[in-house]
Amino acid sequence: MLQLFKKVALFYINGFKHLPDWGRQVWLIILIKLAVIFLILKLLLMPDLLKKKFDNEKQRIQFMQEQLKL
Amino acid sequence: MMQHIDWAVVDWSRWQFALTALYHWLFVPLTLGLSWIIAFMESNYVRTGDPEWKKLTQFWMKLFGINFAIGVATGIILEFEFGTNWSSYSWFVGDIFGAPLAIEGIMAFFLESTFVAIMFFGWNRVSKKFHLVSTWLVAIGSNLSALWILVANGWMQMPSGTVFNPETARSEMINFWDVLFSPVAVNKFLHTISSGFVLAALFVIGVSAWFLLKKREQRLALRSITIAAVFGLLASLSVVFTGDGSAKQIAKVQPMKLAAMEGLYKGTEGANLKAIAILNSKSKRENGDECIFQLELPKMLSWLAFGKFNEFVPGINDLTNGNPKQRILPISEKIRRGKEARQLLTDFKNAQDAGDTEQVEQIKARFREQNFKDHYFRYFGYGFYDEVDYYIPNVPVTFYSFHIMVTLGFYFILFFALFLFFSIRGVMPKRRFWLRLALFTLPLAYLAQETGWITAEVGRQPWTIQDLLPTVASVSKIDAGSVQLTFWLFAATFTALAIAEVGIMLKAIKKGSETKGGGTK
Repeated sequence: MLQLFKKVALFYINGFKHLPDWGRQVWLIILIKLAVIFLILKLLLMPDLLKKKFDNEKQRIQFMQEQLKL
Repeated sequence: MMQHIDWAVVDWSRWQFALTALYHWLFVPLTLGLSWIIAFMESNYVRTGDPEWKKLTQFWMKLFGINFAIGVATGIILEFEFGTNWSSYSWFVGDIFGAPLAIEGIMAFFLESTFVAIMFFGWNRVSKKFHLVSTWLVAIGSNLSALWILVANGWMQMPSGTVFNPETARSEMINFWDVLFSPVAVNKFLHTISSGFVLAALFVIGVSAWFLLKKREQRLALRSITIAAVFGLLASLSVVFTGDGSAKQIAKVQPMKLAAMEGLYKGTEGANLKAIAILNSKSKRENGDECIFQLELPKMLSWLAFGKFNEFVPGINDLTNGNPKQRILPISEKIRRGKEARQLLTDFKNAQDAGDTEQVEQIKARFREQNFKDHYFRYFGYGFYDEVDYYIPNVPVTFYSFHIMVTLGFYFILFFALFLFFSIRGVMPKRRFWLRLALFTLPLAYLAQETGWITAEVGRQPWTIQDLLPTVASVSKIDAGSVQLTFWLFAATFTALAIAEVGIMLKAIKKGSETKGGGTK
């Protein structure tokens, strides 16, 4: 099992080591994009509001019932 | 009616979702279609051992990789928006979307990304057959991703396999197979992936045409055009067939969307299809004077909608004001029934708060009654807003998007047939006018994609869930300024990413297949 894990890890390491120029450029864009999406957008600007505002399911349900009822 | 509605939040949230969805959709179709083309090319390489097929495969695989990488994670922003801008909607659908999106994430995405690594890193490290299997699994994985997303979208257009639970204030899944095999979801999936195949074929032909015009990579270009022309022709015929299926579903479950797609205000039996038309002003349309100019196909709208030439197709006026002869309720009646359904939820909440367990159980039973579901709860969403005009989507946007998409769809059939004919006759390199046309056709493929989604999603307004939840009840109670901020942030980021991608893609295309001399067939 450990041998298999080592083989897979080496496969990826070698793959990234021998990336052509276009591959490196593309990976740079991916990493920048993921950083912007997950570190800036998700953490700072786009929280899940129901999870943020309420501590548990019961509170969320009560809030939603208030929103949907007449 | 709802208490004070902040229309700025509603509108900016809609614009933001539209921007991010349309941007995401620039990359997905090419992934969906090019993955199959590459898999076919590599299969030929493994079968024949011909190194030309390997060269072909590796070239298109490079372009696939660039597109795949730039498109990665653009979809996740849409999920973030659910939680931030559309929290009420997110709660309402949570039990239904949870399963499809989880399956999409775990199975389809990991399938794709695991085997994408083998596709790119494994050329000289794994056996030919294992590499080929990986390429096919990437194609399957990417199309399976589309399936689950479209199952979720299909449910928005026609809720099925679910029941509303007043205790949790959300729809809950009672039959997974009804959700998965909803006819709307099935049609939508087949239509969407077929359209992706069309775009990929046009991409391959467009790039190959450029090579031929530059007198480069001729062997690669000619083989690619032949494969793409066959693939594209079959796919574009599938688009027409599945598009017809979708239209028939829309006629049944979203008649207002169909009426908007055709700019039909006055319903009629044996309704004509507007092949080409310019819509009149809103007030003239509402009085039945729908178009300044039109070229119609007699009775074809009735046939498109119902498969029969003389069926009645309701117009916007029928769906708004009602039509007793056709048993169409006016919106005012739907609003009344929707409010009754909301009142029952209010009674339930009051009984719950008062600890009246007998009343709670009675009301829960009423929510489960078929009569209540069919005649009251199905109009639940109408109970949130009293203005009738709110329930009519933007007709010009829906109409023109639909007609652009369909016109281009038929053009693509002729295009592929012609290019296949030229390929078979062996005259492709000499047809320079048509090669230049291929370059101009490529952006039209993207236009068809985007107008297709605009038709589907603008046409369903104001519903986030057809008839159950409108936009005004779906948005979060947040400051419009924060939505504006993220909108402009997305617009700037996406523009920068798009410029980067086009730049890297063009550089990769110009470099060609990285061997000296293209040769001729």
